[in-house]
Amino acid sequence: MGILSSAVSITHYLVEGKFEGTVTEIVAKGLKKNAIPEIDEDAVEKAAGWTSFETPFQPKFEGSSFVFGNLFIFSLRIDRKSIPAKLLKKHLTLETSKRLAKTSRRFLAKDEKQALKDKVTADLAVRVPSTPSVYDLLWDYENSSVCFFSNLRSANEELETLFKRSFNLSLIRIFPYTAADLQAELTDQERDVLLGLSPTHFSN
Amino acid sequence: MLDLSVAYNRYRFLGDEFLTWLWYLVENGQDAFRSADPDCMALEIGNRVVLENRKGKSIERITIKGDDAGLEEGKMALKKGALVTELALVFKTGDHEWQFSIKGESLNLSSLKVPGPALPQSPEEMEPFLLDKTQQFYKLIDFIKKMYKSFIKIRISSGWSSKTTPAIKKWVKMVEAA
Repeated sequence: MGILSSAVSITHYLVEGKFEGTVTEIVAKGLKKNAIPEIDEDAVEKAAGWTSFETPFQPKFEGSSFVFGNLFIFSLRIDRKSIPAKLLKKHLTLETSKRLAKTSRRFLAKDEKQALKDKVTADLAVRVPSTPSVYDLLWDYENSSVCFFSNLRSANEELETLFKRSFNLSLIRIFPYTAADLQAELTDQERDVLLGLSPTHFSN
Repeated sequence: MLDLSVAYNRYRFLGDEFLTWLWYLVENGQDAFRSADPDCMALEIGNRVVLENRKGKSIERITIKGDDAGLEEGKMALKKGALVTELALVFKTGDHEWQFSIKGESLNLSSLKVPGPALPQSPEEMEPFLLDKTQQFYKLIDFIKKMYKSFIKIRISSGWSSKTTPAIKKWVKMVEAA
């Protein structure tokens, strides 16, 4: 579900830190450097990177294509190759038979089995196309705020890692503690009280 | 600041208490919503409420859903010591409404529908559409931020145990009597 969907999910973040220099240029550089790579012809099972909001299957960050008013809008794309278990089993069985026939043995050692499985998985990964998942992101740089349009844990973790790597800025996820600590304008004394809170029971 | 993964689990109860407090305010204190956003005409409970009771050894989860869902069962769960862990809400201004669900543990929003223009029909319409839509997202995010700030200020004050908790307990008790 992205920005254009009729119903969306949002995980809200604060961005820690600011750039020194021309912001749009720095963001463009980070996006280009960490754009999603094509893995369809590689023996790679997963890739994650930035892509364009308007053309998610053809990443382009030329000019100000990711700038909308005072916002940066782009997307995180995660490509995964899913090799069906039965397909893997079939090819692994065939390869194991070939290997045993070639070496005139009845069994493969544990290490050999694992190495063969890795090889078969890699061979299949080249032949299986990846399935892309696209998650939009809206960055209000002035207010150090990011809305990420997914609540999926794996996508959020990928976002946090990639954002830091791309822009050298940390994302702080807003959840009950961080919202209280960072957004409720607490004094040091109030912050101490917050740290000592324990659950309330409303039942009698 | 604490380690965030520790803080996430240690203070997740604050989010559940926040949602329970919001439900109480929906029925008893709509003025608080207008203080957070003068445009707010009403905040209403939507079509889904999830509660969890962690008092026993196991976690009991109660989910109430559907447009005509009666909330009595949820209120009975509150009476037994449950807290709201997920709440569907409708934020209403004079002409528009925002429908959404919010989770207590993460404050994440889901199933969010905001008012706004139809999808852009040309590339030229994209930027104004996105800016308008963003404004609608942030109107709700700011409202929740202000409500949560109000909640935290009350939660860390002496008024929480002397006024708010007794008032919520009284409301929960009335549920049983109703």
